[in-house]
Amino acid sequence: MRFTLNGAAADVTSPPAARLLDVLREECGLTGTKEGCGEGECGACTVLVDGVGVCSCLVPLAQVEGAAVTTIEGLGDDHPLQQLFMNEVGAQCGICTPGMILAALALGDRPSLDDVKTALAGNLCRCTGYGAIYRAVLKWKEASA
Amino acid sequence: MRTATSEIDLRRATSVDEALAILGEERRTPVAGATDVYVALNFGTTPERRFLDIWALDELRGITMRGDILVLGALATYTACLRSPLVRERLPMLAEASALVGGVQIQNRGTLGGNVANASPAGDSLPVLAAADAIVVLRSLAGERRVPLAEFFTGYRATVLRPDELIVAVEVPPVAGKQWFRKVGTRAAQAISKVVVAGVRGPATRFALGSVAPVVVRARETERALASGASIDEAMEVLGREIAPIDDVRSTGDYRRTVARNLLRRFWSDTA
Repeated sequence: MRFTLNGAAADVTSPPAARLLDVLREECGLTGTKEGCGEGECGACTVLVDGVGVCSCLVPLAQVEGAAVTTIEGLGDDHPLQQLFMNEVGAQCGICTPGMILAALALGDRPSLDDVKTALAGNLCRCTGYGAIYRAVLKWKEASA
Repeated sequence: MRTATSEIDLRRATSVDEALAILGEERRTPVAGATDVYVALNFGTTPERRFLDIWALDELRGITMRGDILVLGALATYTACLRSPLVRERLPMLAEASALVGGVQIQNRGTLGGNVANASPAGDSLPVLAAADAIVVLRSLAGERRVPLAEFFTGYRATVLRPDELIVAVEVPPVAGKQWFRKVGTRAAQAISKVVVAGVRGPATRFALGSVAPVVVRARETERALASGASIDEAMEVLGREIAPIDDVRSTGDYRRTVARNLLRRFWSDTA
């Protein structure tokens, strides 16, 4: 089975029903994508499939055949949003951070605070509270507008 | 590596005809956005092991008009409903409901057909479809049949869907009057409803509720009371007798009954 992973072709041998999350972590060795709840509520496993945010714990591998999958590793280490999460202290334990950042990437231009809250409503953080996270995303959007 | 999906047999269909041929020859549960099916697999709450992947059936994704009927393809996602000018214009209560189903990630994958097929009494789109007098379109190799949503559900998580049938669309006739939707849960996104209601106030006033019975219900007696000029207090009494919510992990029957009655009052004042 072939798909595009962070811009490069990925050939994998996991069965069609395997969860995309497990394929990314176990077969592709990309452990930036986290498993939290396993039921689509925490958003820690968020990745982009053809630019659309999904919970990778609820996606059968078969459904990404030929698609472009982006994980946190696809951003490199110096994406401006990653920098802003650090500068604004939008991460403490870090488990939610990859999912938060990928969910934020799907935001449109010039979002209001409410837009950011809606875009991140499917991502739970249990340590920082959300203020610093929203601030990081808004600053990133302002800078890139 | 052994995971929840190790023993799952997932066959893929690339067209509706192929899907119907497969369902005609072997028993498989269709899976689209997997936002219910994979939760059940992850938690070991389903005995099903054989599935049919229908996510690739683009012919079921459309949101279109046929005459004055709004036709919602079974694979229309909540995101698609939310963004559809047709849905916003003709069935705004569905757009409202779609915005409150899970987070964006779930809205991007969850489908209307899936919400109907899953037959949860808490399905957020179901009171909307019930209040809109929607028709579920079922297709098999033997042909097509149209079942009113109110007759589709036969009991808790039970429907009239035959194993060889696929839900291909939901049809919504014109809805006259003001539409209203309200979901009550622990938070705006991600919470399964404690009570979810949809109402239409017009020539034929309709009020439908989820999470207050084994299936989504139309409050017919309450509707009749309102139509015959009963006061809202009287109608709330009727509604309190008409529904039979239970205690479960999310809420209590008493709370649900009280909230349902209060939502009826709110519906009535908001749409006055």
